[in-house]
Order: sequence, then C-alpha cells, then structure tokens
Amino acid sequence: MSAIFEVRNLKRSFGGLAVTNDISLAMAPGDRVALIGPNGAGKTTFVNLVTGNLAPDSGDVLIGGDSVTRIDAIGRVRRGLVRSFQVTRLFQEMTPAEHVALAVLQRDGRSGRLFGHFLAMPEVMAEVAELLGKLGLRELMHRRVSEIAYGQQRLLEIAVALALKPKVLLLDEPAAGVPQSDTGRIEQALADLPADLAVLMIEHDMDLVFRFARRVIVLAAGTIIFDGSPSEVTKNPRVREAYLGSYANAGHAA
Amino acid sequence: MTMAAMNDAMTSAPGKGRKLGRDLAGLAAILALAVLGYFLFPNNLALLTRITAIALLVLSLDLVTGYCGVATLGHAALFGSGAYAAGIAAVHFGITDPLLMLACGILGGSLAGLVCGVVILRAHGLPQLVLSIALIHLFHEFANKASSWTGGSDGLAGIAPDPLLGHFEFDLWGRTAYVFGIVLLAVVFTILRLIVRSPFGMLCRGIKEDPIRIRAMGASPKLALMKMYVISGAVAGTGGALNAISTQVVGLDSLSFTLSAESLVMLVLGGTGSLFGALTGTIVFMFFEDLVSAANPFHWLTMVGALLIAVVLFAPKGLYGTVAGLVSRWWGTFR
Ligand SMILES: Nc1ncnc2c1ncn2[C@@H]1O[C@H](COP(=O)(O)OP(=O)(O)O)[C@@H](O)[C@H]1O
Ligand SMILES: [Mg+2]
Repeated sequence: MSAIFEVRNLKRSFGGLAVTNDISLAMAPGDRVALIGPNGAGKTTFVNLVTGNLAPDSGDVLIGGDSVTRIDAIGRVRRGLVRSFQVTRLFQEMTPAEHVALAVLQRDGRSGRLFGHFLAMPEVMAEVAELLGKLGLRELMHRRVSEIAYGQQRLLEIAVALALKPKVLLLDEPAAGVPQSDTGRIEQALADLPADLAVLMIEHDMDLVFRFARRVIVLAAGTIIFDGSPSEVTKNPRVREAYLGSYANAGHAA
Repeated sequence: MTMAAMNDAMTSAPGKGRKLGRDLAGLAAILALAVLGYFLFPNNLALLTRITAIALLVLSLDLVTGYCGVATLGHAALFGSGAYAAGIAAVHFGITDPLLMLACGILGGSLAGLVCGVVILRAHGLPQLVLSIALIHLFHEFANKASSWTGGSDGLAGIAPDPLLGHFEFDLWGRTAYVFGIVLLAVVFTILRLIVRSPFGMLCRGIKEDPIRIRAMGASPKLALMKMYVISGAVAGTGGALNAISTQVVGLDSLSFTLSAESLVMLVLGGTGSLFGALTGTIVFMFFEDLVSAANPFHWLTMVGALLIAVVLFAPKGLYGTVAGLVSRWWGTFR
C-alpha cells in the first residue's frame, strides 16, 4: 500500500545537538504506530518538525505523496495532518462545546461565517455531542475549560484533533495526565477511529502502547533504533539497552 | 447520535433565549438613553451626536483590541479616513446625499482598516503598538500635506449634506443628525452582536488566546484578523462619516494620536471585549470630559487620569464588566 505520510532524512539540531538525526519513516492508511523513547529523545521535536511548527535543517515531509516541506502548518492541517499537544493548548474562556464546534466549522470551511450561532446548527451540535459523549465530556460541554479538571482537558485536546477528521493523526502523549480510570475512554475513542486513518501515538504507558500499536518505533537521541512489531520490541537488545530494559525484565509486555 | 441526545445537548446549552433577551435589552437601553438624552439636553444634541460617533469608534476599536487582542494606539486612522472620505466625496465630487456619503465613509474606513491591518498585524505586543503609533502619525501628516483635498490644518469645510432620504433637513439644532446617529448606532450594535457570537467571532476569541492552537486547527489567524480589521474599519468609518455629516467639517483632530489614545482609554474604562463596555466607557468618558472640562479646564486631564487609574486598579474589567459581574453574582445568590 502506498504511503499516506512519509518523512525522508529529517534533521534538526539545536546549538550543535542533533535532536532529530536523520529520521525516515513511512505510514500507510490504517497504520497504528506507537513512537516511544526516553524523555528528551526528540519525540515532540519530531512532531513539531513534521507538522510545520518547527523548520527542519534538511529533509522532506510528504502527505499523500506530495511534498509539504515548503507548506506551512496551516496548509498541512488542511491536507489532513493533525496533531494534539503534549501540553494541553486550549482556550481557557471557551467551553468544550465551543472548542469542538470551532474545529468542526473550520474543517467544513465555515469558521469565517459572520452570522448564526453553532448552538443553533443541528448538524454541528450533533457532531459535538457525539464526540464529547464518546470522551465522557458531555456533562461538561457548556462549562468553561478553566473550570474542568486537567484530565478532562486532555480528553478535550483529543476531541479537537478528532473533530478535524484527519488522514494522519499525531498524538503527543495523549494519556499523560489522564487519570487511570479515564484512559479507557481514550482507547475506546482510538478504537472507534476510521479504519483508513493513519495514527502515530507517542506514549509512555506501555500497556496502552501494546494494546494500541501494530508497529512500534523507538527513538533514542534523535535516531530510530527500532522499527518493528510490538512482540519484537522487547526482545531487541538495543532497545533494552536504551530504554525498555526495565519493562522487558519485568515481563510487562508478554 | 440519537434524537434524544440531540435534544438533551440543545436544552442544556446556556440560555439561547437569554442571549436574545440581552440583545433586545441592549437595543432598548440604547434607544432609552437616546430618548432620555434628547429630553435632558435638547440644546446640546451636537454633543450627543458627537458621543454617538465616538461610540462607533470605540466599538470598532473593541473589535480588534477587545475581541482579538491587537494592541493599537492608532485606531483613529480608521475613523478619520471615514470622515475624510465622506467629506471629500461631498466637497470635491458633489456627492451630498447623506446615505451615499455614509457609504463613502464606510468604504474609506474599510480601506484604512485594510492598510492598517496589513502593517500592524506584522508585529505583536510592543512593536505592534509602536507601528500603530507610527501609522496614525503618517495618516495625520498625509492629510495635513494633501491640503488641496483635505483643507490641511484649516480642516475640510463646506460639507453641505442633502436632506436625509430627501425629506429631513440637517437642521440647526442637530435633531436630524442626532436621530440619524442613533439609528446608525443601533443598527451597527445589532450587527456586531451577531458577529461577535458567530463562528467568526468564536474564531477571533480563539486567536486572542492562542494563535498557535488556531493554526493547528487549520485556520489562519492572520487572515481572520485582517477580516476583523476591515470590519472594524467599516464601523469606524461609519462613525467618521456621521461626524462629517453632522458637524459639516472634518478636522485633522479626527485623524490624531490624541483621539486614538482617548478611544483606548474609553474602551478600558468601560471594559474591553464587551460591546456594552465600549458604549459605557464612551458615554462616561465623554460626559466626564464635558462636565469637568467646563468646571475646571486646567485639571480635567488630571481628573480623567485619576479616574482611569482607579478603574484599572480597582475594576480591571472596566466599569461595565465590574458592574455586570456584581449583578450576576447578586442575581446568583438571591435567586
Ligand atoms: N526549541 C528548542 N531549543 C533548544 N532545545 C530544544 C528545543 N526543543 C527541544 N529541545 C531539546 O531537544 C531535546 C528533545 O526534546 P523533545 O523533543 O521535547 O523530547 P521528547 O518529546 O522525546 O521528550 C531535548 O534535549 C530538548 O531540550
Ligand atoms: Mg515530548
């Protein structure tokens, strides 16, 4: 199957430190990839580079076979490359309903409309209620974000990304800060995603990683040291050495 | 999505009816104040009309500053451009129908909004503020130099608008101008209430808080802000045209840094990010100015300064924002 998303020889350094050191990878529609690696490995930087939030020193990013290296962050979103943020970026004074409605309206090219209110747009509200319901935020949909718990804000962050109906979805530690009792909601939302969507998830919770991913990429010091199946990853000596040893030894992954 | 879930989502939404109620209440308040003003100050309708025109300028400023977070001390450029456009149309092109003059003012204001937007939106924060100051001085100087068109420092005189709708003369007492102004304000206010609540208004609130988030949603903050600047220009241009039509002169002061700064003071006084706040600030400031400058022309700026410091320190949401907050809390506890 041809790649929906591809990165070729991506490089970026900060003051002599190669934070992204020649990364290449490709994803096909329907892929479920987990990107793991120790803190500071360069995972978030990788997301920033491919989404256009940060300029690479060299390398190429392709969406659906077309190079988007010279296209800005907005253009990449419009081509279906959507991310969530590791540190929640939400509008404190707005409600979850407003967040999702804004994303839906933007996706449909209606965010510039000068009249009407989303509460009075049944098709928008249907989507808002369904998505927020799935993530357990229905009861809170008209509260201000500043009034809801951080774990719920994390879930809203994901809802906003999903509302944009991406082709490629990059989730930067979606479960970080979400109480254990609520991670099931994230998993369910991920399980309900369209089958042809390509998802790359950065995650530290290995249980979540092993349940979600059919492919695991391990990043250490800016380079990919492993790219393969979840069952292989724990056996790989380089991975053990760099990062995963404790998990493998604990027999966590089985 | 079931129908029941839909209904549930709609009914738990915070009062749509209440919002409509507030719209009507706002409109009623404007009209009631207008009638009150008419009977309280029958000999000072010119001042009331001037307040109405300035209110349009402050509303316009609120759109970019209060709703979008743009820092500007040059917003009179939009107002003055509207005033000169209407005045020049009348004096040099014989377009003396007040509605056509208004259209010219709106066009002039929108164009100025476009120009200012292009320049000011290139920067953020303090550099943005500095750019806006540079712009208003450029506009002012340009109008000063182009004296064959603008009358320079003497002002553009000889504006003689036709009767409004062919019937209502612009009389010596300024009754027609006053009613014209109030109608314009009511119409603009209603349109702006719709806009700030529309998807576009929501987008702008998002941009004010976190433009990077908005970009990650695929929307262009720059484009949206440009659009808001043009809308803002149309509103300020309406005020400028009203001023040109009602006073029948346009002076360089309509394109000044002083007016820009004063309009920002009025907005902060009333409360940014609220249309009611913009109106409150204008009315309080203008009356205060009129009263105090008559009583004590030397110290009136000192008094205004003291009032402003008091508001910023003790009522940071502005007069309207603070009172509205108190009332809603009071309402909450006693219900
Ligand atoms: N803007 C920046 N300037 C300088 N160094 C940075 C910048 N962004 C990230 N880094 C550095 O790059 C490295 C990787 O960071 P990051 O991508 O956030 O790692 P991860 O997400 O894998 O924990 C860290 O050492 C970090 O300090
Ligand atoms: Mg990170």
